[in-house]
Amino acid sequence: MSTLLEVSGVSVTFDGFKAINNLSFAIADAEMRAIIGPNGAGKTTFMDIVTGKTRPDEGRILWGDANISLLGLSEARIAREGIGRKFQKPTVFEDQTVRENLLMALRNARGPLQVLFYRPRREDLDRVHELSGEIGLLDALDRKSGELSHGQKQWLEIGMLLAQEPRLLLVDEPAAGMTPAEREHTTALLVEAAKSRAVVVIEHDMEFVRRLGCKVTVLHEGAVLAEGSLDHVTANQEVIDVYLGR
Amino acid sequence: MSQGVLAKNPSVLTFLAVLGLFTLGVTLMSEWAGTEIVSTSLVKTLGKTLCLALVAVAMDLVWGYTGILSLGHFAFFGLGGYMIGMWLMYERTHGIVVSSLAEAPIPPTEAEVVAAIGNQIFGVVGSSEFPPIWAFADSLALQLVLVVLVPGILAFVFGWLAFRSRVTGVYLSILTQAMTLALALYLFQNDSGLRGNNGLSGLQNLPGLDHVPQSSISIWFFWASAGALALGYVLSAWIVSGKFGSVIRGIRDNEARVRFLGYPVETYKLFVFTVTAMVAGIAGALYYPQAGIINPAEIAPIASIYLAVWVAIGGRGRLYGAVIGAFFVSLVSSWFTGGQAPDVNLGLYTIKWVDWWLVLLGLSFVAVTLLAPKGIGGLVDLWTGRLAPDRHGADLGPDAGSLREAEAEQ
Repeated sequence: MSTLLEVSGVSVTFDGFKAINNLSFAIADAEMRAIIGPNGAGKTTFMDIVTGKTRPDEGRILWGDANISLLGLSEARIAREGIGRKFQKPTVFEDQTVRENLLMALRNARGPLQVLFYRPRREDLDRVHELSGEIGLLDALDRKSGELSHGQKQWLEIGMLLAQEPRLLLVDEPAAGMTPAEREHTTALLVEAAKSRAVVVIEHDMEFVRRLGCKVTVLHEGAVLAEGSLDHVTANQEVIDVYLGR
Repeated sequence: MSQGVLAKNPSVLTFLAVLGLFTLGVTLMSEWAGTEIVSTSLVKTLGKTLCLALVAVAMDLVWGYTGILSLGHFAFFGLGGYMIGMWLMYERTHGIVVSSLAEAPIPPTEAEVVAAIGNQIFGVVGSSEFPPIWAFADSLALQLVLVVLVPGILAFVFGWLAFRSRVTGVYLSILTQAMTLALALYLFQNDSGLRGNNGLSGLQNLPGLDHVPQSSISIWFFWASAGALALGYVLSAWIVSGKFGSVIRGIRDNEARVRFLGYPVETYKLFVFTVTAMVAGIAGALYYPQAGIINPAEIAPIASIYLAVWVAIGGRGRLYGAVIGAFFVSLVSSWFTGGQAPDVNLGLYTIKWVDWWLVLLGLSFVAVTLLAPKGIGGLVDLWTGRLAPDRHGADLGPDAGSLREAEAEQ
């Protein structure tokens, strides 16, 4: 398996506070990874850096087979390169229907003129149909997404991410505020997604991480504290001290 | 293409039918048709109002749909008026100069004619030279191109600078106000080349058509304005109906999210800003020949703020709302300020509407914004029974499903 994303020696400072401190991280194609850590460990900042929202002060971020640098690319350009992101709070376009949300996310030309003259093709509609089945929103296609429940919005957002067909999925606390049944569905969606692409999940809930059954990276004060299987890192004394023990 | 749009937006057909009936009705009642129920000056007022409705539709596209509160679109409207005004004034003065020089013993040369025109036009600002910007004033075709091109280029350059630096929200509104103020101040100068605060006048007289009465010319412009509004409305409905509409409404509601979907948000904003500026230019080019005069006061910052008020009162985010707002507010405004509204005698103080109209307008704007954000257009929702999901940003827990079903039933 080749490396898909390689972050090395990245640091970023906000007003003198080192949010990310010489962080290195790598993930391969079709790999699932969970990132855990206490509040303020830099988990979300890490995602901001990879997606181009925050520019690091130093370090390298290399992407894909051609090893292109993501530093200096716009958020939209990075998204088109194949990095999809799900926010902590479900962010779907509430004023628009589930179908419109999914159609917008489908991997198609993004330029204004192409979009202006775009009319959904047969395969686009089929794909929307198929995706909405996977995320359990087939009956809600013509409902405004603002009417959906919290869990349904989370799934719609995951569906939109899948529609983008990214090579790397960054998912921030997908299970927050979900019922146990909804969590199970979410786990299944993510595990399925990780079969064909890299998935990085930020999560607080250890039970959820255990169900994902993947390699875990522990962040602390902007740097990697430990990495390995969940059992391995939970046995680590440092991890227990800064995170689990509290 | 347009068939799909019409099928998806039944309101477009309704709008076109209402506009068609309105145009037909005014035409039949006009002086031109011989019935004289509607005076020529009222035909001109209604024709001008149609142009205001067109620029309001453009404003709705940029504000109501894309979420850019531009307080400078009247600058583009005015520029369109100036561009057509240059040709009207040049050609008409040309006719006058040629006929007066025809009595001279020696036939005038082309250079003498041009010099005489320059003298006529620029005498009021103490000059007789044609500034370079009048280079194409003798060509109707070129000035018509400039009607679209000049506002388009200004909007493109301004938008490129502003959007690229990610200026958004109230800061962008202030920048657009600064733009329109700067343009108005520049045009107020006598050496701006557009006759300073005199502006361009006599635009209601079409060159070479001196024998045609104003009753006919007014109805021609009325038809042209109605046609332009119909075209602009259908074009806007087409733009907002498909995926492009989804993307710009997405930009309005959550710009960052659209960016993470891979859409170049700045390019979209620039596209909408520039296209609507061009539409505003066309609306202005139809408005000012009906008004007869254009001067820099027309593009003062307050004009663009009025435009936003119309769209807010009419109901932003729906195209017919913009049209309703422009018609309602501008006609009510001319009723109040025209001295027709009866004074209200409170005993100690008499409310004269000419003075108090702006206060009333300001209060209604605040009231609409606070109490009825959907504006007058929101009344249509009451009638059609459409219910908007009223939980923007509120994350209901998974157990609230039953309540949601009840809402959907309604």
